[in-house]
Amino acid sequence: MATFNLKINGKTQEIEVDPSTPMLWVLRDHFQLVGTKYGCGIAQCGACTIHLGDNAVRSCQLPVSAVGEQEVTTIEGLSENGDHPVQKAWLEVDVPQCGYCQAGQIMTASAFLKSNPNPSDAEIESAMNGNICRCGTYTRIKKAVKMAANPDQS
Amino acid sequence: MTLVKTSYNRRSFLKTTTMAGGGLVLGFSWLASCKPEVQQQQVAEMPKEWFDLNGYLKIGDNGMVTIMSPNPEIGQNVKTSMPMIVAEELDVDWKDVIVKQAPLNTEIFSRQLAGGSQSIRQGWESLRMAGATAKHMLVAAAAQEWQVPASEITVSNGEISHKASGKRAHFGEMASAAAQLTVPEEVKLKEHKDFTIIGTSRKNVDGKKIVTGQPLYGLDVQKEGMLIAMIAHPPAFGMQLKSFDAEEAKSMPGIKDVFQMKTFEDDYNMSAFDNTAFKNLVVVVGETTWQVMQAKKALKVEWEQSPTQEAKMQIFGREMNVRFPEGLEGTEGHNETLAQQGKITQEVARKDGDPEAMFKKAAKIIERSYSCPFLAHNCMEPMNFFADVKADEATLIGPIQTPEIMEQSVSARLGLPLEKIDIQMTRMGGGFGRRLYGHFLTEAGVISQKMKSPIKLVYTREDDMSMGVYRPAYHAYYRAALDANNNLIAFHVRAGGIPESPLAANRFPAGAVDHYLAENWTVDSNITVGAFRAPRSNFIAGAEQSFLDEVAEAAGKDPIDFRLELLKKAQEKPVGENNDYEADRYAGVLELVRDKANWGQEKAGMHRGVSAYFCHNSYVAQVLDITMKDDKPTVEKVTAAIDCGIVVNPDAAKNLAEGGAVDGIGHAMYSGLTFKDGAPEQSNFDKYRLIRHSEAPKEIETYFVENGIDPTGLGEPPFPPIMGALANALYKATGTRHYHQPFITEKQVVG
Ligand code: FES
Ligand code: FES
Repeated sequence: MATFNLKINGKTQEIEVDPSTPMLWVLRDHFQLVGTKYGCGIAQCGACTIHLGDNAVRSCQLPVSAVGEQEVTTIEGLSENGDHPVQKAWLEVDVPQCGYCQAGQIMTASAFLKSNPNPSDAEIESAMNGNICRCGTYTRIKKAVKMAANPDQS
Repeated sequence: MTLVKTSYNRRSFLKTTTMAGGGLVLGFSWLASCKPEVQQQQVAEMPKEWFDLNGYLKIGDNGMVTIMSPNPEIGQNVKTSMPMIVAEELDVDWKDVIVKQAPLNTEIFSRQLAGGSQSIRQGWESLRMAGATAKHMLVAAAAQEWQVPASEITVSNGEISHKASGKRAHFGEMASAAAQLTVPEEVKLKEHKDFTIIGTSRKNVDGKKIVTGQPLYGLDVQKEGMLIAMIAHPPAFGMQLKSFDAEEAKSMPGIKDVFQMKTFEDDYNMSAFDNTAFKNLVVVVGETTWQVMQAKKALKVEWEQSPTQEAKMQIFGREMNVRFPEGLEGTEGHNETLAQQGKITQEVARKDGDPEAMFKKAAKIIERSYSCPFLAHNCMEPMNFFADVKADEATLIGPIQTPEIMEQSVSARLGLPLEKIDIQMTRMGGGFGRRLYGHFLTEAGVISQKMKSPIKLVYTREDDMSMGVYRPAYHAYYRAALDANNNLIAFHVRAGGIPESPLAANRFPAGAVDHYLAENWTVDSNITVGAFRAPRSNFIAGAEQSFLDEVAEAAGKDPIDFRLELLKKAQEKPVGENNDYEADRYAGVLELVRDKANWGQEKAGMHRGVSAYFCHNSYVAQVLDITMKDDKPTVEKVTAAIDCGIVVNPDAAKNLAEGGAVDGIGHAMYSGLTFKDGAPEQSNFDKYRLIRHSEAPKEIETYFVENGIDPTGLGEPPFPPIMGALANALYKATGTRHYHQPFITEKQVVG
């Protein structure tokens, strides 16, 4: 057990936990931030994607001890009222089916658009390729990413 | 004008209660318009079948309407589309409607079940009735209060008005008075042309919660004092628990207990939905998920081979003997079995004319075999359930497609009466049939009872993928005879699987060919299987539609024309009696897709395949376009034409159709579960391939046939045929036919 001070969604919070615990379970079990999902636990599906600083990372493979001073953002903290352009586009396109993968998709897409505000279709596909959607909403996800990049054109 | 009775079988399905704070509560059954032939067909063809649904409609005194959605939401969007149907007949503004998930409550509701793409189809009339009845009563209340004839009152967007007197009121003002009235025996339903909500696209009612990460799913459930539980099960089918050493695991931080459990007592008569290969498990319980995961790894368990087991299972009221032979099976052996069984004469399921004589006379015979592997459902949200079992009552919360059936299993196992068991349904991170089989509910109940504490049972992805209940491995052998004029004179299908056959003997092209033979076979296995999105169709459709493509080619005919010719014959001079499709609707989707995809006018470099199938009461035709670059295929576009009757929520319906196409391409191309010495060789997404973004079609266009027919299924039908369209397009692109799924492992597909 060790004590960590974590900056999560703009708040600093203290936690005592085994240093090897992945952030996924720290968020879900200790902070009740269950928007970050468990899908595979081995960095293959993207359901657990969060932001560490500006980067999208797989929280299932990120031990709490590796976070340090970096800002953690989860789907709950992506925007104040669910009005991040990516979230708005997701609603506009009505992307979700079961919805389970979508928090991870949105976290990957929002970090990606920050680094590449005007992506090509191929760039979107490769950026999103690590996020599985078992329901097959891929064409809608792509449409929503494009809409979030250019809200006026769609 | 359609009049419907508000009761069935002498039971009244509607009753009113006044809410404490005023307002009208209309409790009603979402019971389907149970046409007898529907029930029969369902039981025969798709035994995961539910008719009775239950719900609530509440009108608050502010005019807000709460519609309780009784069925499990697995991503098929019923939580939005079923209430839309109620709202249509009620004539309420959709923005004033709140939708809530109803819990399983056998005291208030009658039955709550979902599956088989039946929710909308089976609920159609009763949902409309519920809305119409509430409207009728609100109007009657207004007529009484205003002292005017009800016939002069009109309703629009939740407002009741009487033109002559100028009186107006919103629903909320009349709700309390309406609740005092008796439920009318008969109500009037709207003409389809007057629909204002049905047929318009409404967004997912949970959309905002999903995109903001609110707790919606079973895995998100957290309760005061809740512990986490995980199970360890045999690593291979054909094995069972021998002994275990829990000493190290028990001493690890946060671990509360490690013990052995039995999912069911030995003398328990399992139902089909209790299906599980592993009934003796080791359980680890602790404070947090990570701690339990670590302790599970530290368990030392010895497994041994299990003997042949015969189980009596209750399958829809019939007691059946199911045999699980001993031994450690493998994919190599399975493949030999499939090929072998495909070569020998099997039990005849249907025979028309004299096929053997025709094959002797044939100018040309085409003969092909197809196969597919076991598949794991791989719902994105792994199996899980919360249970809080006390001495005299139990609460269970989580994702389950068959809550009422599982309530009986839980009741039998825990020794608690049904009315003391409360099952609450969460939104589900996918279902695909997997969550029809709720052994994990019983497991959660047993663990909580033993721990005397609320627990949440969590399957890791590896548990989820290796616990069984798979799509079976199937095989189909086809043979077709053409005469000298390239007419199809005989058709032969011999289909089977481990341990279930995919044959649908009375489907097309049965009825379209004078000489027809269908044979059926199965081989037992100790690997457990279950319904997987569009059971059986999910293989046989693609096999049949690939074969027909080859027969059309051999006959020198356009693949769409070839099918339409056969369908014309099936319509004008059907062969045999029990043909399980309407030929004109079948032809209708082919004609529509031909038109919409500009069939025959594809650009250079574009390779297309077509396929059409009928299952779950709906017709789907798809055209799939491929381009090749560096020897690699890219699916550029899928064009789909669907006849599922009236479409309640078109954009959401398109979403489902798109998902079905992506799902079908993915499974035909990439997915497969293989076995060695009884053990699945893939247990997570590093080895088990699911389709990803870059492999999905670049574009999907969906068109619906507009025929005003009452709605039929949509969750499953778009999934099976696309596999044929894919195989046929790949052939055009590469010159190679694909017979064995997943195509990716057939080396010739990709570079
Ligand atoms: S749960 Fe982290 S990538 Fe799948
Ligand atoms: S919406 Fe179900 S997994 Fe993506």
